[in-house]
Amino acid sequence: MKFGKLALAAALAPALLALAPAQAAELRIGLDSEPSAIDPHYHNLGPNNEIRRHMFESLVGQDEQQRLTPLLATSWKPTSATTWQFNLRQGVTFSNGDPFTVNDFIYTACRIPNVPNSPSSFTIYTKAIEKVETPDDHTLIIHTAKPHPLLPVEIATWGILSAKVFGVTQKLTFDKEGCGITSWPKTEDFNAGKGTIGTGPYTFGEFVKGDRLVLNRNDSYWGEKAEWDTVTVKPITNAAARVAALLAGDVDFISKPPTQDLPKLEADPNVGLAQGLSNRVIYLHLDQYGPSTPGVKGTGKPDAKYEGEGPCATQPCEKNPFLDKRVRQALSKAINRDAIVAKIMGGVAVAAGELLPHGFFGTNPDSKPEAYDPEGAKKLLAEAGYPNGFELVIGTPNDRYINDAKVTQAIAQMLTRVGIKTGVNAMTKSVFFKTRNLYEFSVYLAGWGAGTGEMSSPLRALVASRDKARGLGGTNRGRYSNKALDDLVLEALATVDDAKREAILQKASRMAMEDYSILPLHFEVTSWAHRKGLTYKARADQYTLAMGIKAAN
Amino acid sequence: MLVFTIRRLMQSVIVLFVMSLIVFIGIYAVGNPVDILINPEADIAEQEATIRRLGLDRPLWSQYFSFLNSALYGDLGTSFVHNEPALELIFERLPATLEIAVGAVGLAIVIGIPAGMVAGLRPDSLIGKTIMSGSILGFSLPTFWVGLMLIMLFAVMLGWLPASGRGDTVDLFGVPVSFLTWDGLTHILLPAFNLALFKMSLVIRLSRAGTREVMLQDYVKFSRAKGLSESRVILVHVLKNILIPVVTVLGLELGNVIAFAVVTETVFAWPGIGKLLIDSIGLLDRPVVVAYLLLTVTMFILINFVVDVLYSVLDPRVRLGDMKS
Repeated sequence: MKFGKLALAAALAPALLALAPAQAAELRIGLDSEPSAIDPHYHNLGPNNEIRRHMFESLVGQDEQQRLTPLLATSWKPTSATTWQFNLRQGVTFSNGDPFTVNDFIYTACRIPNVPNSPSSFTIYTKAIEKVETPDDHTLIIHTAKPHPLLPVEIATWGILSAKVFGVTQKLTFDKEGCGITSWPKTEDFNAGKGTIGTGPYTFGEFVKGDRLVLNRNDSYWGEKAEWDTVTVKPITNAAARVAALLAGDVDFISKPPTQDLPKLEADPNVGLAQGLSNRVIYLHLDQYGPSTPGVKGTGKPDAKYEGEGPCATQPCEKNPFLDKRVRQALSKAINRDAIVAKIMGGVAVAAGELLPHGFFGTNPDSKPEAYDPEGAKKLLAEAGYPNGFELVIGTPNDRYINDAKVTQAIAQMLTRVGIKTGVNAMTKSVFFKTRNLYEFSVYLAGWGAGTGEMSSPLRALVASRDKARGLGGTNRGRYSNKALDDLVLEALATVDDAKREAILQKASRMAMEDYSILPLHFEVTSWAHRKGLTYKARADQYTLAMGIKAAN
Repeated sequence: MLVFTIRRLMQSVIVLFVMSLIVFIGIYAVGNPVDILINPEADIAEQEATIRRLGLDRPLWSQYFSFLNSALYGDLGTSFVHNEPALELIFERLPATLEIAVGAVGLAIVIGIPAGMVAGLRPDSLIGKTIMSGSILGFSLPTFWVGLMLIMLFAVMLGWLPASGRGDTVDLFGVPVSFLTWDGLTHILLPAFNLALFKMSLVIRLSRAGTREVMLQDYVKFSRAKGLSESRVILVHVLKNILIPVVTVLGLELGNVIAFAVVTETVFAWPGIGKLLIDSIGLLDRPVVVAYLLLTVTMFILINFVVDVLYSVLDPRVRLGDMKS
């Protein structure tokens, strides 16, 4: 018996050895977030969009600095104010071998409004498309109702499905309803790998919710082949556990190590760091809506009755000091941005003077962060009629942005120093956003990442007047309103010529800053940590993409 | 027995109903999931369209009644976040949690009862005192910290065990389990031990107290007088009589461990239902939270029922029919 076992082992040994060839190139990534689904069009949000890019490519790509790059389209140009021509790449196949054509683009554009129960739809990035002409299999002429310079960057946000995989072989004509197709792929099918076929450098392997997503190299990829045979993406949402997993060698690469661990990781000879400035600005919004505001005390009776949405419509509030530009400026001067960056952010942030860092489209190269000037702040407050300051409560999330509540506490101390006795109301993000959307904060801290990588994104959402019909002010919960600024933003959004648009955006940005409509604080610097022997090019959009992770030679 | 079961069942239905109402209103009061789930770039029109699409624009009572209506047909709703039936999401992850929960309770029994009995039999010896002070540590150290220390020691410094995740799984009757593979077992060990620590201390203290009390009973003296061997006295007569409080506590603790292993699952990135719950609460994914808590209540009701039945097995004096509830 014993002999039999030995013989068996001896016979199996070479077979086992043959099964384990030279170590296959495998990459294991620990992420701070998890995609809610693999369906590329179900949930338009960062965690889903970064995963999508591995498998489903879009016509236009975005590089590390969010500049547009050719992907499935080799070139594109506006042919008139309202038409764009996209030339698609020839010879691209999906990972199942089907060729990629204009039909796949139209199929995808038609599916996007037809994803049921989407909690964040991509229709915001397809609704500009009015009509699509297809002179041949690899040329698209896209018509928009109005001049729409953001079309290429919007097209860069969604990945292309294969029409053939879902049984659509007839030639499609784009319309806003759904191109005459009645049955669409289901979101949960993609999680199981059914129809999860794109043109990307990786193909879908397996998705176990909460545990791992496995990606395999796409050997028929049209471009530079992927570096890794397999990539396993694990969601490790707890930051300390993520760092531990890296140190234990469970994963090779992690996103967002906590700032307090960075010095330790930097000193570790087995660990490398990648860091880069992000497009995310942390800012203070000031309530500039009505004559009174809920979070302020000691300013006296309001001059007029409060009307419209907000808690002051039903409860007594005191006078709103933030309608006075001098008070807004005083707040800005009272904040020591450099100290926040150095002491609280551990140096991994950059003080902000605009809503996007220098170098991004539409920023003013000469803009500077507001200088720390507590004496000037006190003087301005006295001029505005508040020589003894007032009391203020600042709202902040405590689990949304890097060190968010700590930054707010520091700001509260700085404001208290110039006479504005400030308290902090920190809460978890779900409660914070609800409270903010009910206009219960006089001042709150939040962040904005410019998905398009240009100034029109923060200007339109954060400082343009709230206006449903014109699509402005979606996140402007400070309710600042300035018609001249709105007009500039709208003009920029309708100017296709890049040079002209940039000039308008620069002007608009300067106007918003000079009026202290919003107080930018700092730009987050994103960090990644990895085992020695890897490199990563930091991305401004904070995405972790396996395509950017290379073995160092 | 039958009357007992029916009475229990009726109570359970009421508890489930009240529970669903409380959770429903509670999460509604916290906030609107769309505020967190939507891309900030969405304009006001798109924000409103999304709220309508998920049915969140309707008044609360109307949302609750459509929930009740489909719940009667066994459909507890579709996750706002994942667009999958809430129950399916939970059952997908349940095996992972059951594994560490059973592992933890198993460890608590296998280590806790003998250690507690030793401490009870030799209360003044060095070993007895060591066990008791050790159990104080198990009580008082926070799970979160112990988990991280275990990872630092066994994964980072010694490199013996993996730091996180579930490892390889194999299908057992179509359910993926990891305790049948070596890689899976190494992954289970740390989280299960971390979960077990508190329960182990509890079991040690209960067994010790029980042993000290039982040792003084007449029937122990009598069985000794009868000439039974010491091992038979301890392993049969003493053990059986200290088990009742241990079973009660372990029953409740098993439920606790299954439903609320949140901290351990988060620290070890263990893909169980505790992590699903905490993520769902964070994102205000109401259908999942409601389904989860309903399931949890059902589970506690079941466990309590089993505990009551076990009483009557362990102690012939207990008759189920006499029990009030």
